[in-house]
Amino acid sequence: MELQTLIYLVVGFTFALYIGIALWSRAGSTTDFYVAGGGIHPIANGMATAADWMSAASFISMAGLIAFMGYGGSVFLMGWTGGFVLLAMLLAPYLRKYGKFTVPEFIGDRYYSRAARAVAVLCLIICSVTYVIGQMKGVGVAFSRFLEVDYGTGLLVGMAIVFCYSVLGGMKGITYTQIAQYCVLILAYTIPAIFISLQLTGNPLPQLGFGSTMTGSDTYLLDRLDQVVTELGFHEYSTDVRLSTLNMFAYTMSLMIGTAGLPHVIIRFFTVPRARDARSSAGWALVFIAILYTTAPAVAGMARLNFMTTIEPAPGQYLAYNARPQWFKNWEKTGLLGFEDKNGDGLIQYSADQSVNEMVKVDNDIMVLANPEIARLPNWVIALVAAGGLAAALSTAAGLLLAISSSISHDLLKGMLMPQISERAELRASRIAMAVAILGAGYLGFDPPDFAAGTVALAFGLAASSIFPALMMGIFSSRINKEGAIAGMLAGIGVTLCYVFQHKGIMFIESTAFLGNLPQNWFLGIEPNAFGVVGAVVNFTVAFAVSRCTAAPPESVQELVESIRIPVGAAAAAEH
Amino acid sequence: MSRLSKEQARQYWRRNLMLMLKLLVVWFVVSFGCGILFVDTLNQIELGGYKLGFWFAQQGSIYVFVVLIFYYARRMAALDKEFGLEDE
Repeated sequence: MELQTLIYLVVGFTFALYIGIALWSRAGSTTDFYVAGGGIHPIANGMATAADWMSAASFISMAGLIAFMGYGGSVFLMGWTGGFVLLAMLLAPYLRKYGKFTVPEFIGDRYYSRAARAVAVLCLIICSVTYVIGQMKGVGVAFSRFLEVDYGTGLLVGMAIVFCYSVLGGMKGITYTQIAQYCVLILAYTIPAIFISLQLTGNPLPQLGFGSTMTGSDTYLLDRLDQVVTELGFHEYSTDVRLSTLNMFAYTMSLMIGTAGLPHVIIRFFTVPRARDARSSAGWALVFIAILYTTAPAVAGMARLNFMTTIEPAPGQYLAYNARPQWFKNWEKTGLLGFEDKNGDGLIQYSADQSVNEMVKVDNDIMVLANPEIARLPNWVIALVAAGGLAAALSTAAGLLLAISSSISHDLLKGMLMPQISERAELRASRIAMAVAILGAGYLGFDPPDFAAGTVALAFGLAASSIFPALMMGIFSSRINKEGAIAGMLAGIGVTLCYVFQHKGIMFIESTAFLGNLPQNWFLGIEPNAFGVVGAVVNFTVAFAVSRCTAAPPESVQELVESIRIPVGAAAAAEH
Repeated sequence: MSRLSKEQARQYWRRNLMLMLKLLVVWFVVSFGCGILFVDTLNQIELGGYKLGFWFAQQGSIYVFVVLIFYYARRMAALDKEFGLEDE
């Protein structure tokens, strides 16, 4: 069957599946929301959390970035998984014990202050909007390929669909839909990886294939990859450090504590039945995430190898532009892959040297989607990957938009500004907030500050510098008071935001960057994406210092801190 | 309120912190240690086609993270039982 028809069919089928499950489980019982809290097995809950968590950044973008960063890309792999260890030990069980709906609510109560809650809402909105920009980039890439249009048009169509999807509402909250989404997503990711691993090494497990020898020779795949990339002047794949060791350290740490501080991830653990289930639930979520995250480096390395050997089949022998394969033509249409025949010989010279390199545009975000086509896998696999990419992008974008709109309508409007607001008006406000967030994120998504995973990394940095320290200190210290927490959050996110804006542009509009985004302008050589950890240190320091100089929190708050440290007893959070 | 005395609650929290600290050391060593700080030294050793440091950074650390969380959950479940906190 024609590839394009097949893609439409598979994507259409998966969408029908999600909607069908949503309608079916909704019709089954209206109390499903309650059951989802109490009756769902931790394994199922872990799967749903994994689907919620893995976004376009994980699915579409990450392996592509690793493919071009080599060893340096490890920051994403360690950062986005290691954070779950922190979450399981430092936050999830205690926040579950406390048992409120939203993160700002906890901060507001623990720091006995509406101002603290407002600051938390502000931080949450900043992180989530940045995160959505990254998702929008992924949505744009997926739709531009899916509909064979340029990136801008793909983004517009994607925005419209995300809006409908989010407004459908509740759907997102239904665990069964998310389990279906996880299955589509993980199949779409691992099946092509297994095929390619078999093709290249004869080993069906990509995790092992990546460390095996190439079929029909005794050269290891990684050695071959190192050799191919260095021949064209690129840095050796397996040792390519991202800028500096310090930068890699900071980048990984920012992503880890950002993971533990992202509100839409934390909220997942509010819905498990008991505090101790929060611990194992984080473990199961990580198991399902690890399936994708240990496959990703193999996908990255193999995609890079296939990509390079397609363009340069033998040393010094380049592919003729006229003989370029179909996938090359398809991606040229999106504007995300570009060739310019600099020396007019009709051959595609690919090189690390920018003056002779003729692959003038290779958007890293296309690699995962293009990978099965480059490896000439059967059409149904290519179609499945398209469906997986769309599922990942849409589900997370919708979840984030819900988090943004609920924090505006629930925390800000109902909780603080207009407590008398009617339910209908609250709902309307949340829809308007959602539309504004999509338009804003979509507008910035036309010229995103980085590749999808890079933009999302910025969001993690912002969460790391604001929400994580406030939550952690709220649990582990009964001495931190409201003045300390508020000053800490503002200082942390302020420092991070200033650093990001001065290098990436105010609100990520590049022309407004007053310090160019150049390594020599960076503080200790730390790139903006990795700066969250510095913001977090500032946050902790300021909070401690200010709390020392001001009055201790009231007795009731100190009791609250002591009670959340014990998993049972006191009021159980039954009503959600 | 819980049935723990103030002293018991303090002890429970202390034991939790000690366990956490030990596991966070492992967490730090496999990722930041083996994967970043000592990657060059470990890369001298090969594990199949993988250089060991590279393997820790892109595979090994993730496996260890999974084990860490389940180990923590199990040890805490035992601790809860010891303090009579497991029933609800």
